[in-house]
Amino acid sequence: MHLSWLTLLFLVPTLCVGMPSTTLCVDDVRGTGDLGVVVERATGSVLIVETTTHTRLAKIQGLGDLSHASVVFSRDQRYAYIFGRDGGLTKLDMLRCEIVKRVMQAGNSVGGAISQDGRLVAVSNYTPGGVKVFDAATLELLADIPTQGSKVVGLVDAPGQRFVFSLFDAGEIWVADMHSPRSPKIIKFKEIGKQPYDALISPDGRYYIAGLFGEDGLARLDLWNGEVQRILPNYGKGDIKKPVYKMPHLEGWAMAGDYTFVPAIGQYAVLVVDGQRIPVHGQPVFVIARPDGRHVWVNFAFPHNDTVQVIDVMAMEIIKTLKPGKAVLHMEFTPRGEEVWVSVRDDDQIKVYDTETFAEVATLPADKPSGIFFTARAHKIGL
Amino acid sequence: MTCIAKFNLFLLPAVSAEEISPERQSDLLHLLRHDCGACHGMTLKGGLGPPLLPESLAKYPKAFLRQTILLGRPGTAMPPWQAFLTQAEAEWLLEQLLKGIDDNAP
Ligand code: HEC
Repeated sequence: MHLSWLTLLFLVPTLCVGMPSTTLCVDDVRGTGDLGVVVERATGSVLIVETTTHTRLAKIQGLGDLSHASVVFSRDQRYAYIFGRDGGLTKLDMLRCEIVKRVMQAGNSVGGAISQDGRLVAVSNYTPGGVKVFDAATLELLADIPTQGSKVVGLVDAPGQRFVFSLFDAGEIWVADMHSPRSPKIIKFKEIGKQPYDALISPDGRYYIAGLFGEDGLARLDLWNGEVQRILPNYGKGDIKKPVYKMPHLEGWAMAGDYTFVPAIGQYAVLVVDGQRIPVHGQPVFVIARPDGRHVWVNFAFPHNDTVQVIDVMAMEIIKTLKPGKAVLHMEFTPRGEEVWVSVRDDDQIKVYDTETFAEVATLPADKPSGIFFTARAHKIGL
Repeated sequence: MTCIAKFNLFLLPAVSAEEISPERQSDLLHLLRHDCGACHGMTLKGGLGPPLLPESLAKYPKAFLRQTILLGRPGTAMPPWQAFLTQAEAEWLLEQLLKGIDDNAP
């Protein structure tokens, strides 16, 4: 249905993939603020998309194993840095639709971040653990921060030219001051809780919150005063834990009004940091606030991953249940939130919804799509 | 690995893989790459969970691995799959893992 003439028109530019070319791939003269990158996890490719027109502009191949891949953007919003599962770090020029540089930085990586000043890109690794820091322009390795074999998760940028990350096995949060990129200064916060599995940072860059898998609760580090506090301890007390078939993600800050929303672990519930809990359809994976904060969208782990639910923040209850299709992996709002793009892996589709009426407004084909990343992230702390 | 000792190795009955239909086999491989892959990596080279490659699994008794798949490992992130897999299916998946899965298979 949406394979419009526009899409067809852009099949021609995709031919420039892989060929060094000096012509702009996506158009003659254009900005990049309306673009995004969709990860196609099984084929090692990404799509460059335009959000306003719901179109695919190009497909870039040869990016390796992209399961669990994530993306950050240069602050001029021209380059995308793609962190692949196989340890590949790729710098993509979205205007020329070409890979500028690609390095294999570790055996097994899981995420990355771009520094406050946009000059450094950091990658966190499962194997052999640790964080590596690269020059954002050249992808030259500048620093290697080993973590004694502990898997690193929840890597974000923070004000003060810092990177913050958590050690899954060791139960620690580390803050790396990168003012001298080749010799980072590390501050370690120990015994923050058992098995931090992911983390996020508040939009002002003050609070870093790590979700814990090994116990109920979350660890909150206040980067202003260096204090670590446990939040929502024992939230599951007395309840039998349900198996978790996919680790939840903490991404962005599901802060809506005065409330912060996070996924529970082993419970079919979304937790509100003031102590409320909202029962939902399954184990939540992503809990993301619409940019205006009025609604919170939630997707779920296997075997409930055909569903998306919407929580109304005023009523603190579910107002809509959608069934986008088989294996919903990610959701990304347009910058001001009038639409949301949803990746449906096993249906090989991206679905776009109107966030007011919940009507489906577009469908785009994509090969086993997972993460969706719009360039508006370039200017947000922690994304 | 020490955790072997922590489990009561009650042996599950031996089962043959012959009853699994080709369609179900392809569903199972899909599950393996994508849903097991969520933790073990799509190419099973490891992620939050350890690699599931022939060389990394060879050291364990088969019955122990089958039990890991069906019952999970309490206290770790490995969940039980018995609600979704029969013993025969777990056995079949395990055989594929021990043989090695072609990365390029769909
Ligand atoms: C939510 C994450 C997660 C998912 C999904 C998952 N596993 Fe695991 N798995 C783990 C973890 C973590 C371990 C390691 C447990 C430990 O520390 O002993 C593990 C261990 C194993 C082991 C033992 C390997 C070893 O070296 O000890 C096997 C076999 C295994 N998983 C198979 C599977 C299969 C098959 C599936 C899909 C049907 C699956 N797993 C899905 C997290 C997961």
